[in-house]
Amino acid sequence: MGMNLLQHDKPLRDRIEKSTKLTLVQAVTDGLKTMMNEDPSVIVLGEDVGKNGGVFRATDGLLAEFGDQRVIDTPLAEAGIIGTSIGLALNGFRPVAEIQFLGFIYPGFEQIVAHAARIRTRTSGRYTVPLVIRAPYGAGIRAPELHSDSVEAYFFHTPGIKVVVPSNPYDAKGLLIASIEDPDPVIFLEPMKSYRSERREVPTGKYTVALGKANLVQEGEDITLIAWGNMVKPTLEAAQKMEKEKRYTADVIDLRTLYPLDRETIVQSVQKTGRVVIVHEAQRTGGVGTELISLINDEALLYLRAPIERVTGYDVPVPLFSLEDDYLPSVARIADGIERVMGF
Amino acid sequence: MEGFITQQLSLEAKRQEENFPIYQLVTPEGELTDDGERIYNAELVRRMYKHVLRARLFDRKAVNLQRQGRIGTYAPFEGQEAAQIGSAMALDEKDWIFPTYRDHAATLTFGHSMVHVLLYWAGRFEGCIPPQGKHIFPPAVPIATQILHAVGAAWAEKMKGTAQVALAYFGDGATSEGDFHEGLNFASVFDVPVIFFCQNNGYAISVPVERQMRSKTIAQKALAYDMAGVRVDGNDCLAVYHATKMAAQRARDEQEPTLIEAVTWRYGAHTTADDPTKYRDQKQSEERRKYDPLLRLEKLLRGQGDWDDTWAESLHQTLQQEIEQAVREIESYPKADVTHMFDHVFAVPTWNIREQRQYCQSLLK
Ligand SMILES: Cc1ncc(C[n+]2csc(CCOP(=O)(O)OP(=O)(O)O)c2C)c(N)n1
Repeated sequence: MGMNLLQHDKPLRDRIEKSTKLTLVQAVTDGLKTMMNEDPSVIVLGEDVGKNGGVFRATDGLLAEFGDQRVIDTPLAEAGIIGTSIGLALNGFRPVAEIQFLGFIYPGFEQIVAHAARIRTRTSGRYTVPLVIRAPYGAGIRAPELHSDSVEAYFFHTPGIKVVVPSNPYDAKGLLIASIEDPDPVIFLEPMKSYRSERREVPTGKYTVALGKANLVQEGEDITLIAWGNMVKPTLEAAQKMEKEKRYTADVIDLRTLYPLDRETIVQSVQKTGRVVIVHEAQRTGGVGTELISLINDEALLYLRAPIERVTGYDVPVPLFSLEDDYLPSVARIADGIERVMGF
Repeated sequence: MEGFITQQLSLEAKRQEENFPIYQLVTPEGELTDDGERIYNAELVRRMYKHVLRARLFDRKAVNLQRQGRIGTYAPFEGQEAAQIGSAMALDEKDWIFPTYRDHAATLTFGHSMVHVLLYWAGRFEGCIPPQGKHIFPPAVPIATQILHAVGAAWAEKMKGTAQVALAYFGDGATSEGDFHEGLNFASVFDVPVIFFCQNNGYAISVPVERQMRSKTIAQKALAYDMAGVRVDGNDCLAVYHATKMAAQRARDEQEPTLIEAVTWRYGAHTTADDPTKYRDQKQSEERRKYDPLLRLEKLLRGQGDWDDTWAESLHQTLQQEIEQAVREIESYPKADVTHMFDHVFAVPTWNIREQRQYCQSLLK
């Protein structure tokens, strides 16, 4: 029981000898650095990414190391950043564009959904867009208005782009490297609340965590809990609380990639437990949870022993910080969700 | 094909900077220019001084409150007061303003309450509610987006046949966003009575203006939209006031938009979460105090023989009291109520919101 992060990846355990303890945001920097060293076509661009090293310091030190031809402070224009990155990507570069907060991606939305996502389709594969767009997201750090949005569903709904959400330092580096190497556009969402909440062993060299593969963070028998990003931690806590109090044991799945979903891991777990709680901080209606329920209905309906529960944000704009804790799924709310499913 | 035809092809860029000199009525030493002499009015300038001092004391208090954890992240404006206040004072009571997160000197001058501004930074949407009858829009957090709202609101006033205008505040960084260009274009195509008021404070977070754009001035961007563009000394409250007054008059009388670039400086951090030493020399920032807008007004009043020490002292005291009172008020404000997040999403809550509201309330019991 407990965290078995490396169980899936045995060769890695050997390599972890050469590792350092990093926070999630440091792991992002390390991932960028690793890929910039490896591949001269990787460039980093965005608002304040150069001299300032990014508002969260995710690109700290890169300008000094790689120069201003590869680490580029752009004008304040998300459509500009993403649109030109598309052009750079289809003409030989591997841009990693930073959007300061996910809530500020909207001016670039058209470029993502109308272009990045469909250039491969529109040109029958003649042109492709190997672009990564990184954006911090999520509530829980008392940020000002609009900084806390969690709108992965907009992108999840758009064929042609992958959506990746790491929840810990190890995954962040491995997933970021996999995203940069991916031939298609990837939205890489970084959970702000987890940026500096823990340090973990992160291998110093290059490694990847495959896109489309979830992480079975903890194994149990009675119920499947599915979460991603900032919600993995409270979900684990709720699982542990319920285990202690009620002896329910849970499979906890950290999706890591939302698009494409790891159907196999989800279905296998549900077939074993027959009970599911989905946890996401994004608004409930039309959230990714809705699709997960549909997927489970398609693949494992007859294994279900209770209706699937969702513990989510409410269908309101993310409130300012005085009510942010009330908005966010808490350990208590998740535990409550588990109880409802178990007691059905 | 009609009009002027030339056979000379030239790709030489025209530098337009020289066409947009900085308009000034009061020198940094507090002396009036010739035009300034004409406009000077002791009572008006004393009111300016009061507003600038009020905003400055408020801003410093807010930064302290943030440091003590009594409010959240805050965007200070010290150094930019004259630009905000000169422009806000030039408007009529019924006009509209569309501020950003940094424009509290403008909103306070235009009639917003300190309590509300502080409530906003204390993480509450109630802080966005303007006093009854005042058209003060909530601070725009996404950059440049409010520029279009101002155009629309002013356009509506024009179609309704009123004499009201709208003014949008934004920074130099905002001029890189598409919304800025779309706003100016709409205003010029539809002859909208709107004022685009840019505070060029030299930086958009860490990016200096010369890295933000190649054009030497922001004012010259008006040329592309065939509208008036003016560049004023943003630390000269009187010049800002006069330029905005003229722009507002033109908007009212002739339905003409204007782009105003107020050249100024913010001494401190971008927000309380930012560390400016990473990207700029703070000594350079301190040197700008020579051009300080508050100091300039004081010098002006002294030079004109209109300064009175006891007046200034008692003003200081009254303002401090006003601020302390506002702080006491927000700190004794009833705790934020969870129902608030559900009650204002739609005019009539939909079933999902009704149920979620109930569930959320039940958790509190
Ligand atoms: C669309 C959007 N992108 C990015 C941000 C993050 N951000 C907040 S303020 C700022 C700089 C704004 O600079 P400027 O327009 O010059 O105004 P100033 O803050 O200097 O007053 C940035 C990049 C944002 N708020 N909105």
